[in-house]
Amino acid sequence: MKSSYREALRAGIREALQRDSRVFLMGEDVGAYGGSFAVSLGLLEEFGPERIRDTPLSESGFVGAGIGAALGGMRPIVEIMTVNFSLLALDQLMNNAASLLHMSGGQFHVPLVVRMTTGAGRQLGAQHSHSLEGWYAHIPGLRILAPATLEDARGMLWTALDDPDPVLIFEHGSLYNVQGELADDAGAVDITTAAVRRPGTDITLITYGGTLPLTLEAADLLAGDGIDAEVLDLRTLRPLDEATILAAVRRTRRAVVVDEGWRSGSISAEICARLGEQLFYELDAPVARVCSAEVPIPYSKHLELAALPSAERVVAAARGAVGARG
Amino acid sequence: MSGPDAVHLLRQMLRVRRLEEKCVELYSAAKIRGFLHVYIGEEAVAAGVLSVLGPEDAVVATYREHGHALLRGVSAGAILAEMYGNVEGCCRGRGGSMHLFDAATRFYGGNAIVAGGLPLAVGLALADKLAGRPRVTACFFGEGAVAEGEFHESMNLAALWQLPVLFCCENNLYAMGTALGRSESQTDIALKAAGYEMAAWAVDGMDVLAVEDTARRAVDAVRAGGGPHFLELRTYRFRAHSMFDPERYRDKAEVARWQERDPITLLRTSLAASGRLTDADWEQLQADADAEIAAGVAFAEAGTPEPVADLERFVYSEAGAAGDSDGGASGDSKGSGSRP
Repeated sequence: MKSSYREALRAGIREALQRDSRVFLMGEDVGAYGGSFAVSLGLLEEFGPERIRDTPLSESGFVGAGIGAALGGMRPIVEIMTVNFSLLALDQLMNNAASLLHMSGGQFHVPLVVRMTTGAGRQLGAQHSHSLEGWYAHIPGLRILAPATLEDARGMLWTALDDPDPVLIFEHGSLYNVQGELADDAGAVDITTAAVRRPGTDITLITYGGTLPLTLEAADLLAGDGIDAEVLDLRTLRPLDEATILAAVRRTRRAVVVDEGWRSGSISAEICARLGEQLFYELDAPVARVCSAEVPIPYSKHLELAALPSAERVVAAARGAVGARG
Repeated sequence: MSGPDAVHLLRQMLRVRRLEEKCVELYSAAKIRGFLHVYIGEEAVAAGVLSVLGPEDAVVATYREHGHALLRGVSAGAILAEMYGNVEGCCRGRGGSMHLFDAATRFYGGNAIVAGGLPLAVGLALADKLAGRPRVTACFFGEGAVAEGEFHESMNLAALWQLPVLFCCENNLYAMGTALGRSESQTDIALKAAGYEMAAWAVDGMDVLAVEDTARRAVDAVRAGGGPHFLELRTYRFRAHSMFDPERYRDKAEVARWQERDPITLLRTSLAASGRLTDADWEQLQADADAEIAAGVAFAEAGTPEPVADLERFVYSEAGAAGDSDGGASGDSKGSGSRP
């Protein structure tokens, strides 16, 4: 059937609400407004205000309440409008959600799912456009997911709700309107492994979330040059599926990491470090990176585009790596 | 006798006092490390409030929570072993003094971010409301928390959604070294809470009978569906903020004045005067408390460190964990504490 990324997310939420009476959705404007990005549109009418719960603008309060409700036996889905707003809840996410199990010596599980929009590309300026999922991937105790496909948008949520630990799901804003075919029986998917989205033998392009489409486009462009690029979708930023990443680069011996986050101290830096630590003698070229410029994301279209990864930049980086053939 | 069991309340306060006097001693002997914040002087608050909760209720506390843990039913041994950093501790030595937790008694910490526990209490209460369970979540915090945004967010959420939370503000007048008047434009804390359309009562926190009576009425009202209630418990910390505090911010005369209203002495004197507590009774209470704490120390001393090989356990749940930590609702969580 035809589906948008947004509709796939909504189908996942609806299924969770139908399957498990402990599940409820809570966040700013998830109910009467229909969701700030219309993901939850119609769910209030279907499930009522107890389970599609509008909150005041108090990120720390309602994220913490989600943690408490999870401790109390519920399976809350908390929606934060954008990743920048999640910083107001960072205390709860880091000091409570991520730490309670360990601090309590294994007694208190936090089966909480937090969804939020991430990323740039819509001229929303510096307070609505950042990609901070790599930051969150720094924190032990959290599981960080970045659905890039309709199947993952549809299926990651249920698996995340089944997880006894806190899971953060980052939905790139540029993906909501992506349309495609989704199997009628699409359902829960694994949330522990990276996936090869395009096979290839000459180089591995490693990416996730919002930059998957442009990375696939770059692979098509590279094919025109006779370069057969593999595209690896990380899907889960923490814990990283290191085995799949290493196996891919061991095959192709070259890699470009594509990440909309800033490069300094980032998830792309982490992947480069692991490749260097473990595959140093097997690499045929230095691992390259395509990241966002190190600026708060600007409003004007041309500057925003210049700040972000593009297929052309990925192609240039890949050509450079392949050209370094020794 | 009718009314609260005053001798029991005296016993509870004395148990906490003796535990913490021992903690200070053990800290000086370098058996306990890290930060240690004692509650000495404030015992009437925990004793009065916790005595009116049932085992199905939940408790969220702060980093000054040894007494709350003990009175909730975590054994002195499990608490002391935790401070020793041993695996027999209530959190296997991973929490320490500031992070005592116990699933079996629904004791949710042990929160060392000021006001960070309030949203958790709101969520625990939300879970109860959604599940239709007549339980109460008691949330303790100091008056310093009132300056934090999480306090206001939590007050609003609890009142807006009419959640079964009892907020217990332990107003000891100092947020570490910052006096209330130096940190708040409005120092009447109950008045602030009332601004959220919540029943809010100020109580003499040195009078355990007053605390117990007020808490009982508040808990009954919360449990009956009356929405969140707020107690401002006016109390005083006799000791330093932590073991590193030289107390430059308050004068000794002020401390001495408050010590004249020591909650243990007040109740003991009043009970003795009315003939309800003999000298022998008092001696027995002290002997019992001393024996309990001595047994706890012996338990901690006999403890063992967790193997370093287990360092990275409990970052993520282990295979088979169902994710239910709700000690009162499910049988799969097992804490190390036991009810007295």
